[in-house]
Amino acid sequence: MDTAPNKNPLSLQIDVSRFEKATDEEKRQQDVMSESTTFFKDGMRKLMKNPLAVGSIVVLVLIILTIIIAPLVVPYSYSDIIKVNGKRDKSAKNLAPFEYSKQEQKFIDEGGKVFPHIMGTDSMCRDYFIRVVEGTKISLTVGLFASILVLIIGVLYGSISGYMGGKVDLIMMRIVDIIYSLPDMLIIILLSVVLNETLAQSNSKIIQSLGTNMVSIFVVFGLLYWVGMARLVRGEILKIKSNEYILAAQAVGAPSGRIIRTHIIPNCISVIIITTALQIPSAIFTESFLSFVGMGVKAPMPSLGSLANAAREGLQSYPMQLVFPAVTIVLIVLAFNLLGDGLRDAFDPKLRR
Amino acid sequence: MADLNKNKSGVPLLQVIDLHTSFTTDNGEVQAVNGVSFTLEEGKTLGIVGESGSGKSVTAYSIMQILEKNGHISQGKILYKGEDITHYSEKQMQDFRGKKCSIIFQDPMTSLNPVYTIGNQISEAILIHSNKTKEQAKEATIRMLELVGINDPQKRFKQYPHELSGGMRQRIMIAMALVSEPDILIADEPTTALDVTIQAQILELMQELQQKLNMAIIIVTHDLGVIAQMADEIVVMYGGRICERGTADHIFYSPAHEYTKGLLRSIPSVENMKQKLVPIAGTPINLLNMPKGCAFCARCDNAMKICLEEVPPELKMPDGHYASCWMNVKNNNYVSEVSANE
Amino acid sequence: MSNENTKCLVEVQDLQQHFPIKTGFFSKTLLKAVDGVSFRINPGETLGLVGESGCGKTTVGRTLLRLYKPTGGKIYFDGTEVTDRNMHSYRKEMQMVFQDPYSSLDPRMTVEDIIGEPLDVHKLYKSKGERRDKILELMGLVGLNAEHATRYVHEFSGGQRQRIGIARALAVNPRFIVCDEPVSALDVSIQAQVINMFEELQEKLGVAYLFIAHDLLVVHHISDRIAVMYLGRIVETADADELNDNPMHPYTLSLLSAVPIPDPETARAQKRIILEGDVPSPLNMPSGCAFRTRCRYATEQCARECPQLTDRGNGHMVACWNK
Repeated sequence: MDTAPNKNPLSLQIDVSRFEKATDEEKRQQDVMSESTTFFKDGMRKLMKNPLAVGSIVVLVLIILTIIIAPLVVPYSYSDIIKVNGKRDKSAKNLAPFEYSKQEQKFIDEGGKVFPHIMGTDSMCRDYFIRVVEGTKISLTVGLFASILVLIIGVLYGSISGYMGGKVDLIMMRIVDIIYSLPDMLIIILLSVVLNETLAQSNSKIIQSLGTNMVSIFVVFGLLYWVGMARLVRGEILKIKSNEYILAAQAVGAPSGRIIRTHIIPNCISVIIITTALQIPSAIFTESFLSFVGMGVKAPMPSLGSLANAAREGLQSYPMQLVFPAVTIVLIVLAFNLLGDGLRDAFDPKLRR
Repeated sequence: MADLNKNKSGVPLLQVIDLHTSFTTDNGEVQAVNGVSFTLEEGKTLGIVGESGSGKSVTAYSIMQILEKNGHISQGKILYKGEDITHYSEKQMQDFRGKKCSIIFQDPMTSLNPVYTIGNQISEAILIHSNKTKEQAKEATIRMLELVGINDPQKRFKQYPHELSGGMRQRIMIAMALVSEPDILIADEPTTALDVTIQAQILELMQELQQKLNMAIIIVTHDLGVIAQMADEIVVMYGGRICERGTADHIFYSPAHEYTKGLLRSIPSVENMKQKLVPIAGTPINLLNMPKGCAFCARCDNAMKICLEEVPPELKMPDGHYASCWMNVKNNNYVSEVSANE
Repeated sequence: MSNENTKCLVEVQDLQQHFPIKTGFFSKTLLKAVDGVSFRINPGETLGLVGESGCGKTTVGRTLLRLYKPTGGKIYFDGTEVTDRNMHSYRKEMQMVFQDPYSSLDPRMTVEDIIGEPLDVHKLYKSKGERRDKILELMGLVGLNAEHATRYVHEFSGGQRQRIGIARALAVNPRFIVCDEPVSALDVSIQAQVINMFEELQEKLGVAYLFIAHDLLVVHHISDRIAVMYLGRIVETADADELNDNPMHPYTLSLLSAVPIPDPETARAQKRIILEGDVPSPLNMPSGCAFRTRCRYATEQCARECPQLTDRGNGHMVACWNK
């Protein structure tokens, strides 16, 4: 038997007052809704719980701060030979980190102050730290702008294709397929050769200051790299379109523009941001690669890739000159990738439990 | 109740005692099953009924120990023929699943592997649980397909899941679950995804097979109609706890828990066609935010002060079924209190 | 429209909705989702539309609201043909409540903005304050707490979400609402709340419903008249009670007997008519009467010709060769 029919212990000690009817007020206290969270707050909470993502944010913030602060603090320029007491110091060649050249040492001994060369100097007597900082700035800027370019073209193209559907979609996606099948490195090299010549004749100030190689990098990104984004956005929009709330908006009489603006874009924005975050490191990597093979930024402008390339020559004697830009590239690319993954885990509704 | 139904050896087929199952989530520990006890006798059908979040499916998964990774049985015993299976090793459990106890799920679409033919999948199940040859397994598979009422089994043997309709797939699932003639078949919402006429076919099939194979069935559902048709014994769950358990007649004709009463009032039936339905107020329970007392108190029309503060004990009612509701204490119409560990 | 009965609010005549389906690289087949459906709904009345999945009942609802362009037949609203009209002004008159309370509400919008969307689209307010007042009034009407206006939908339970969906449909003061399985995704204890609300709103506002569902008990409870659909066609229409007490089409008969009655004694006593086999694919429909492949009374005539709806007295229409 489950229970022996024991003496009823409850009825003996019934406290009548506790068996009064509960008021609605008391009942409502039992039925509280959980704390209100928005999608964004919830996502941020998840992101902050991810140690890798938080670490990446810290690394990126530190790098960006260095880019902003270092040029203000360090008294050297990335393009000029170190000057000691107003005179060019030709002896400050290939110094090791925190080493001083003879002239500098003399100046210090005389009581002057010389800012230390945190990463030493390069073969042309320039402070290496400020060059790496400048190179990082340029690489990051290129990555960022290239990604924004990809974002704009890809989102526009993808959303038109996804929303229109039918034949328009079919044709637009075949074009994407064709571009996808082009070998990108070959196109980049060909383009930069062609562009170099045509752009060199142009007098535009922007092109002159950026250098033709840089412009061709942007052109290439604008021409080739948006296809991935366009495909993704299209897929996302097709998915969102199949939701009943789009049908509900149509039933209410909402025009297409309103549906795209208020329903479709807000719902695919997280996917777009995540993809952009993952696009930045790939752009930086491409830029570095191109600079490394000599198709990138124009000297004396440094980028992480061209710094690494320059360091190659003295690799045997001064390996540190390769290590600094290489490590910076790795740090930036890794941080963006980890951050992108973290964002995806936190914000992509598909992965939500 | 218990000693009436015991089989010759005196041990019930399956006994769940004070089962607690919890899940670790981002938002804290969730107690999905909170002290559930019931007994299943050989050849009988037990219905577990409740709404989403009531813990009915988790109870079934706990028996099979197929909980998701973040879930675990934190307390209680599950006795199969008197032997506690909660301490079984994974290997012993594999033997238990399939041979002694099988489960079918709500969605036959996702329970079948789309890249293998159905014949392949069923004979695979046979080969795992017996030392038959491939030929024998194929014969057994075709016999099985015939058993679950699939016409032209030779042809179906070579078909892929997507070539079959939903009702057909659920038959295949049943066939797979029954290949090694288990003592217990757990059916988790077996007909929820199916149409009414197909549902009727499947329920009929299950009853037919139960008689043929003398197996016990645990049917987990939210549909009181399905429960009324299938179950001998019924367990009503709410918020991870049992509200009331007893025979089908007890539950439907003399309910003793406010939730059961409310539920029966709120469904459209032949009698109340012309009247307004009497709904249960409020919203379903949030397992992350369980009240201190009775899980149902916030939605109960007759909630008392004690309901908000103390979990009601399980009480034996005069007609022999069990209910956990303070109203019975107030009205003093119960026989005795049941302690949790019996 | 037919002038004999001018008070009719919605009328559908011989509605067809055929979708082209790719069956091969170049070949296409027509999927006849809806094939010649006619019915009429009076103001303040509820017509229940019952059928199994894939019978085309949802398509009827959506085509009726012109969310799909009908491939044949005519739709009238309040005496005007709207089959080819610009629907914008009619969207204020005809609304829809969806089945899935999860996918039918935009997860990035607050409750306020969801309910306010129809108001925005049709510019039904003069000031921000008026908009807010209207939204709060609607929320009160469907039993939602005013303080929940700024919350997002993922914080609500299925029943509450369905209330939000109903408030959105009511925002434009429609005279007709298509309810597409509005309770089938809800918990049993919540279904009654929502069904009651539909009934109360009808009493208060006088809206007419097309109530689409597969649950016969629910449909019977809420509807004045019921139409039973099988594979794109209506096979039987009658008053709700008449249909329940005196079903004539063999499909209705088996549908009724297949419903599990929540009552053990009735369930034990019940003689079931279990239908053999499955619903044929709408891509490969049987000739003549679509139900004949599962019908125990099927004759040769059923294979040859498709029966039309005929009146068997009291407006009880049946499409079956068997008298």
